[in-house]
Amino acid sequence: MKIKKIIITFVSAIAILLSTSVVSFAKVVGDKIVLGAAISLTGKYSSNGVHTQNGYNLAVERINSMGGVKVGGKSYKFDIIYYDDESNPKRAAQLAERLISQDGVEFMLGPYSSGLTKAIAPVTEKYGVPMVEANGASRSLFTKGYKYLFAVLAPANLYLDVAIDLAVEKNNGKPVRIAQAFEQDAFSQDVRLGILEAAKRTNSEIIIDDKLPKELNDMAATLVKVKQMKPDVLVVSGHTKGALTAVRQIAEMKVDVPMLAMTHCDAAKLSKQHGKNSQYALCASQWHKSLTYKDKFFGTGMKYAKDFEKQFKYDPPYQSAESSAALLVFKDAFERANSFDQKKVRDALAATNMQTFYGNIKFAPGGQNVDKPMVLFQVMCDDSGKCENKVVAPTKWASAKLIHPIPSWSKR
Amino acid sequence: MDFMVFQYPMITIQACLDGILLGVLFALIAYGMALQWGVMNIINIAQGDLVILGGYIAYFMYLYGIHPAWGVIVSPIIMYFVGVGIYKLVINKVVDRDLFISILATFGISILFMQLMNFAFGADVVLANSGYGTTFLFDSNVVLPNSKIFSAVVSIVFAICLVIYMKKSKLGRAIRATAQNSRAAKILGVDTEKVYAATFGINAALCGVAGALISITFTIHPYMGLPYTIRSFMIVIVAGLGNLPGVAMSGMGLGVFEEFADYLLGTEFRIGSVFLLLVLILVYRRFKLSRKREYLK
Repeated sequence: MKIKKIIITFVSAIAILLSTSVVSFAKVVGDKIVLGAAISLTGKYSSNGVHTQNGYNLAVERINSMGGVKVGGKSYKFDIIYYDDESNPKRAAQLAERLISQDGVEFMLGPYSSGLTKAIAPVTEKYGVPMVEANGASRSLFTKGYKYLFAVLAPANLYLDVAIDLAVEKNNGKPVRIAQAFEQDAFSQDVRLGILEAAKRTNSEIIIDDKLPKELNDMAATLVKVKQMKPDVLVVSGHTKGALTAVRQIAEMKVDVPMLAMTHCDAAKLSKQHGKNSQYALCASQWHKSLTYKDKFFGTGMKYAKDFEKQFKYDPPYQSAESSAALLVFKDAFERANSFDQKKVRDALAATNMQTFYGNIKFAPGGQNVDKPMVLFQVMCDDSGKCENKVVAPTKWASAKLIHPIPSWSKR
Repeated sequence: MDFMVFQYPMITIQACLDGILLGVLFALIAYGMALQWGVMNIINIAQGDLVILGGYIAYFMYLYGIHPAWGVIVSPIIMYFVGVGIYKLVINKVVDRDLFISILATFGISILFMQLMNFAFGADVVLANSGYGTTFLFDSNVVLPNSKIFSAVVSIVFAICLVIYMKKSKLGRAIRATAQNSRAAKILGVDTEKVYAATFGINAALCGVAGALISITFTIHPYMGLPYTIRSFMIVIVAGLGNLPGVAMSGMGLGVFEEFADYLLGTEFRIGSVFLLLVLILVYRRFKLSRKREYLK
């Protein structure tokens, strides 16, 4: 009995020792650069978390197979340690701690969503770990003076202000009347700020300004008001549930509005879930495969979409594309820094100025990408009911002409 | 505050009709809750999650090309067995314990269901399109999606069927007897174990119907169950156990209340106002009770 106890104590002591000390391997092992990422593989963000992970993985494979990262004359390969943050900000922050202090990771990739990025950023900042993130667009991330945070995407307030400009342009330069409904989360509220600024800039009037709850699945009240007040443009942002609910109820209640602008259409698989009812919806997107940016790893957006589809069997949403771009940025920065010193890599990241298949990347002092405009696509369907997203703005990238105003339901 | 809802009579009518149609659906879920609360003295926190699971059944039928309206037939059948399964696995162990234990147990089931649904079906928000059109009333000033009307009608049909079943059938009588006095029922030869299992199954089946209807009218998502639990809890609290017309009335009342809260306070307070109302009603009840007690003294 006594011997048994001693053995148990001994074994558990060793187990504790192993779990605390051995795992501390450094960021660069042999020819591997180990990056860390907390990703939502379960929980409410899990589908977008998987898009993010697929984007990272595709880029890692591609960069490694094309010669890897050359630092100091030696070729290194990327490797990523993933943890599941369960879509929970607290968990994400814990995992960031763990990646840095236990796993010895010295460079991080971002999680999915603004909320989780916000939870992780203070941790990476504290340890001086450069983080390139691809899925946190909230403006508040870039106003805190973070030095080690870099986002390849445009901030949230730029998502839909293009739509207001477009509406004004279609109204012969005269101000428009805006109805808006936004979920009460960091991201959507930033989108709202962008609209407020655009409204001010164009002297437009906001006639409906509704807030949507987290458990949103009914926005009939907002739509009844829209029906009554007849605004020129309706703006909705509430992640995928906002996009799906809005389109369903607009179609069911036959709400006629000249322009409907939304976010998260492709994540919501709007045209697939709603078919023709989603027609004419304008959607903000960080990226679209038809854009003509290029790089030597993925070629064009079209080629990226093809490769992605071949490997993961679905069309890449922009969440995947921007995640892949994050790796390209890291590779470029490592090579320019020609070192694995965190400070030097950070400075190299700050000086990034490159083009990827996803878009131009150049960071402002706050860390956001200022060299890549948002695009707006419009859902367009043919007579057979097959729908496609076509870029309509900005004009430089447009592959189709904006259909404006949206035909009324009685004529559809 | 936005008083638009009172400035235009048409919007007032719209809000009332929307609320009633919605309320009927809530009442169906609440009826299931009242039934098993009354019979087994269990507050089922997982009620909303059963609803969502029922919704997914209809959604998957829709994905495979079957019209989701058939979900209101298929979903309750599957959900009945899910309900009986849950009873056999968990509920029968807590059925005669105090209320707190049963709340904990069903809370656990709720979390488990959420995560399992997320794991199995993904975290995407999904919906099933019925393709039903729209009804225009009052010179097309009031619009009612036919899917909402459909769901209200189906809810009423199911509720009526259940009432008749409870009155006429052998099992129905056994359930009612058990609700009145389980010990006496047992002595008189009612297999209460079976009755409990059937009750929980019927409750889950009702949730299945409601879920199928919700996937047709709104959207479903693994984490959207709780608001439905709260609403049905609230309706039962207001109506009292075993008061069927009361459940229907308070369901519709809640629906209308929600719609008006939506217009007056804004959509963001829609669910919040339900919680607030729940607190107010509980406080009021408590207040009334304490006054009664004083009187009795």
